[in-house]
Amino acid sequence: MNAYWIAFQTIVVKETMRFVRIWPQTVLPAVVTTTLYFIIFGRLMGERIGPMDQMAYIDFIAPGMILMTVITNSYANVVSSFYSGKFQRHVEELLVAPVPNGVILAGYVCGGILRGLAVGLAVGGVAAWFVDFHPHSPLLVLLVFVLTSAVFATGGFINAVFANSFDDISIVPTFVLTPLTYLGGVFYSIDLLPAVWQKVSLFNPILYMVNAFRYGIYGVSDIAIGWALAIMLGFLASLSAVALYLLHKGIGIKS
Amino acid sequence: MDALELQDLRKTYRGGHEALKGIELCVPEGEFFALLGPNGAGKSTAIGIIASLVTKTSGRVRVFGHDLDRDPMGVRRAIGLVPQEFNFNQFEPVEEIVINQAGFQGIPRREARARAESELRQLDLWDKRRVSARELSGGMKRRLMIARALVHRPPLLILDEPTAGVDVEIRNSMWEFLQDLNRQGTTIILTTHYLEEAEALCRHIAIIDHGRIVENANMLELLTRLHQEILVLNLRQPLREPPAIEGMTLRCLDPLTLEVVVRRDQSFNRLFCELERHGIEVLSLRNKKSRLEQLFMNLLGNAA
Ligand SMILES: Nc1ncnc2c1ncn2[C@@H]1O[C@H](COP(=O)(O)OP(=O)(O)OP(=O)(O)O)[C@@H](O)[C@H]1O
Ligand SMILES: [Mg+2]
Repeated sequence: MNAYWIAFQTIVVKETMRFVRIWPQTVLPAVVTTTLYFIIFGRLMGERIGPMDQMAYIDFIAPGMILMTVITNSYANVVSSFYSGKFQRHVEELLVAPVPNGVILAGYVCGGILRGLAVGLAVGGVAAWFVDFHPHSPLLVLLVFVLTSAVFATGGFINAVFANSFDDISIVPTFVLTPLTYLGGVFYSIDLLPAVWQKVSLFNPILYMVNAFRYGIYGVSDIAIGWALAIMLGFLASLSAVALYLLHKGIGIKS
Repeated sequence: MDALELQDLRKTYRGGHEALKGIELCVPEGEFFALLGPNGAGKSTAIGIIASLVTKTSGRVRVFGHDLDRDPMGVRRAIGLVPQEFNFNQFEPVEEIVINQAGFQGIPRREARARAESELRQLDLWDKRRVSARELSGGMKRRLMIARALVHRPPLLILDEPTAGVDVEIRNSMWEFLQDLNRQGTTIILTTHYLEEAEALCRHIAIIDHGRIVENANMLELLTRLHQEILVLNLRQPLREPPAIEGMTLRCLDPLTLEVVVRRDQSFNRLFCELERHGIEVLSLRNKKSRLEQLFMNLLGNAA
């Protein structure tokens, strides 16, 4: 077996064990929060809000809610794992070993994707209690799942590279990710917005992800799917390039 | 072949501090080599560069012929590093730490387990394999880092102050372990503040101070030089030639000044008897401290 492949597997297994071992911190919170969202926004308020895009409000928000947890969890996984590796210095174990930067990045991002999948499935299980899911295109659902978590896992990696304190790893999630998700069409169809804000929303990558995901489940979307996938791939490619450049230069990890 | 070759290695840290000012070093295969120097001399910086943890500013590093710039993976495969500070995941179980390191080195899982077991047994940590690393004592943590460094059987083992904070008994068994390893063919480089440690283990020694190699010699040669006193004598009458005194080296610095090298086991009485016999009258004398000696005094001061 190829040495780099073994190194990659080792990182992925290690990353997976990490979030599984501390599942009350990594998986449980998302399940609790989404259950509350479903009860409050879906059940209690949803009936007053009425249909959105010709579907029941609770059905409308379910895909976005799932994707929202995928986004935050894949990001959080990589940012906290890699940053604590820097902080405790055990990333040095990787730096002294013959592991190319691409393998390091791929390993951590894969760990983030798996966390996204794990939490996404758990939350999907909760959603299935409230909503009747018959995925329109399971393949597309999976693809969006993986692409979205890969994009945010890579983002988390970059954040961790620059972070110098535990505060630095919560700034981006709080001030960038959360607003983008809330404005990303999770809770409303962008048709409801005034024309100007519809245009502005089109610059928000999360909008494309949420809509592609909703399309995968219901076959309905505000946005063209091919375009949405292309945008996700573009983000993934450029963020990966940035991350690889940072690793190559040793920024944030080598003095 | 040389295990390690450094050419004009320089490092200026981002703040502008010049930690290495052109290091030249050559460590042949099979050597047991000590890098000795006071705090802040640049030992860890040099080791960090060799082990890919610090980026060099300029210069050249070769490990068993692999050039760090052209074949960094070859360099990394050839090195096992025991760093100065603990750098494992404190929350990970001991065994996992070693197995994962084997994985990073590309060793398949089954083989990795077997090797981790053999390393942990050798370093007396097998009973602790399921314990998380933060629960180990300081000496055990250091041994864990040795086990981790050896799991891929590197031909070059580099240890940055391996016996810091280790009690005498464990230190002695660690020394024995390292000597065995060296006899079996592993080249070993270690840094230390303690002359005693370098003396007990190493055949060759380099001394680094303020980012420069100030001495690079065979251990025996260095110790002989260290165990001698240099006296500078001021004479009443000018001298054309220094007298010959058996076992001592004499040299005229100028007609009125004589320099004498006396080994520590030789008595000054004999020197003065001989001078008397040659009719040489000494007005005053001073003891010339070599830079090397001063450095050692500092190092020994540290050890005390
Ligand atoms: N990351 C860093 N950034 C800036 N300066 C540094 C850094 N690491 C070390 N230095 C400086 O470089 C010099 C050499 O440090 P180094 O750690 O190599 O010394 P050392 O010989 O290992 O000392 P010690 O015996 O105390 O371990 C010191 O002056 C130190 O302050
Ligand atoms: Mg040091």
